[in-house]
Amino acid sequence: MTVAHFRAALLAPDMAPPPGLTDGAGRPAGRRFDVYRNNVAVGLAEALETGFPVLRKLLGPETFRQFAGLALRAHPPRSPLMMEYGQDLPDFLAGFAPLAHLPYLADVARLELALRRAYHAEDATPVAPETLAALPPERLMAARLRLAPAVQVIRSPWPIHAIWALNMAGGPKPVAGAQDVMIGRPDLDPAPWLLPPGGADAIAALRSGARVETALQGGGETDLAGLFTCLLAAGAIVHVSEEECP
Amino acid sequence: MFDQHRPALPPRPGVGYKPQHFAALMDDPAPVGWLEIHAENYMGGGGRPLAQLRALAERFPVSIHGVGLSIGGEGPLDAAHLARLKRLCDTVQPASFSEHLAWSTHGAEFLNDLLPLPYTSTTLARVADHIDRVQEVLGRQMLLENPSSYLAFADSTWSETDFLAELVRRTGCGLLLDVNNVFVSATNLGYSPQGYIDAFPLDAVGEMHLGGHDADTDDHGAPLLIDSHGREVADPVWALLDHTLAASGPKPLLIEWDTDVPDWPVLRTEALRAAEALARVPA
Repeated sequence: MTVAHFRAALLAPDMAPPPGLTDGAGRPAGRRFDVYRNNVAVGLAEALETGFPVLRKLLGPETFRQFAGLALRAHPPRSPLMMEYGQDLPDFLAGFAPLAHLPYLADVARLELALRRAYHAEDATPVAPETLAALPPERLMAARLRLAPAVQVIRSPWPIHAIWALNMAGGPKPVAGAQDVMIGRPDLDPAPWLLPPGGADAIAALRSGARVETALQGGGETDLAGLFTCLLAAGAIVHVSEEECP
Repeated sequence: MFDQHRPALPPRPGVGYKPQHFAALMDDPAPVGWLEIHAENYMGGGGRPLAQLRALAERFPVSIHGVGLSIGGEGPLDAAHLARLKRLCDTVQPASFSEHLAWSTHGAEFLNDLLPLPYTSTTLARVADHIDRVQEVLGRQMLLENPSSYLAFADSTWSETDFLAELVRRTGCGLLLDVNNVFVSATNLGYSPQGYIDAFPLDAVGEMHLGGHDADTDDHGAPLLIDSHGREVADPVWALLDHTLAASGPKPLLIEWDTDVPDWPVLRTEALRAAEALARVPA
């Protein structure tokens, strides 16, 4: 009996248990091995259920369980940090033919992963809205902003913010169309914000160290007020730098 | 062997911490003597888990219990994971650090379960090396927990109790005696749980675990108990605890309840039952 054999049989329900395992009285272990199989498969499936509640709602618990069974065998965890498990799920979903008729699922999964990352992200104290409001517009436009570690942007051709809101917060029925979403964590609870047009490009530019003015130009017609409303509500801005070099 | 300036866990009941109990625990004037956390849930950069842990550690002695180090694994320990454990221990300064006699990582894969190993001179040497490494990196003694077993290895040449005693002798580690695991393994493999306890190196025990199990049967209709941590501790396990405490003296006792987690008062009642068991220990 090798560990490799044990491992191979664990995630292959139809494979015979490895030889050399007994019931303590010398008889073959038989279905006793299934306890480990069950622990591994159920444990990983439950981790995916916990990590992707909206996906589970969209698919229904039965279909989700079947899908999770395939996903966990295709992509077992690669780290003991179960908080990170499921990072392969969006790509796996995107290439999963039986669910190809629901093409928005992969982006919904990306949104849920980002929320989980934000939940565990490093703490950072947001700049108070008053501090920002007190800055004359020309100085704000010339400044560079540092964003909180929890901040992430998901761009999608699908209305993923509306889909998330409908399933988690009882929002209205989603209308077809692209949505860019920013995830932030103002205190300890992460949430998604729907970004205005140009917002995702502006955030990417801010991230790379561009001045506010430059960042706003990158996305064409950026809704300045809408973007700052999002950034402030999400506690996304943690530092305003007015120095020449970042 | 290790200079332990930190206070040890008190010989009182503790519970496995669940985030849904945070408010109830903080509001309870006399909740439990200490708390145990699963290390891997607190290895993020920040957020609510670490905020809660900081608040709890100010009020309770904390035991950090790892479930992902794969000390019984064939390959070398995951250095990055060990470094994360060190960072967590340095931050929390726990009263105890414990891990399992089990493997969970194979190659690059983590299987998220405590998997069994044969007890041979080869595995003994490897586990001892791994424990040495953990204690060296963490700069503290660790406790090693006996597993719950559903099967046995034809290759094993050591009894589990001798294997654990020899690990203690070679590495200076302590042991975490899971009394429910003893009952589950003894039932499943057909030996006497009291006999196991009588052969166990009780002097090395720094903590005991108690949890609930489920009952199933194997291919031959023999009882097959599953270590589920999803219900009250079974009566024969409480009896086995009395047998153990009579020989070991009072120890820190942990109630583990990890699935179908009940409301705080139910868990607290289990902890009170553990307190009664401690009160029965002859002085």
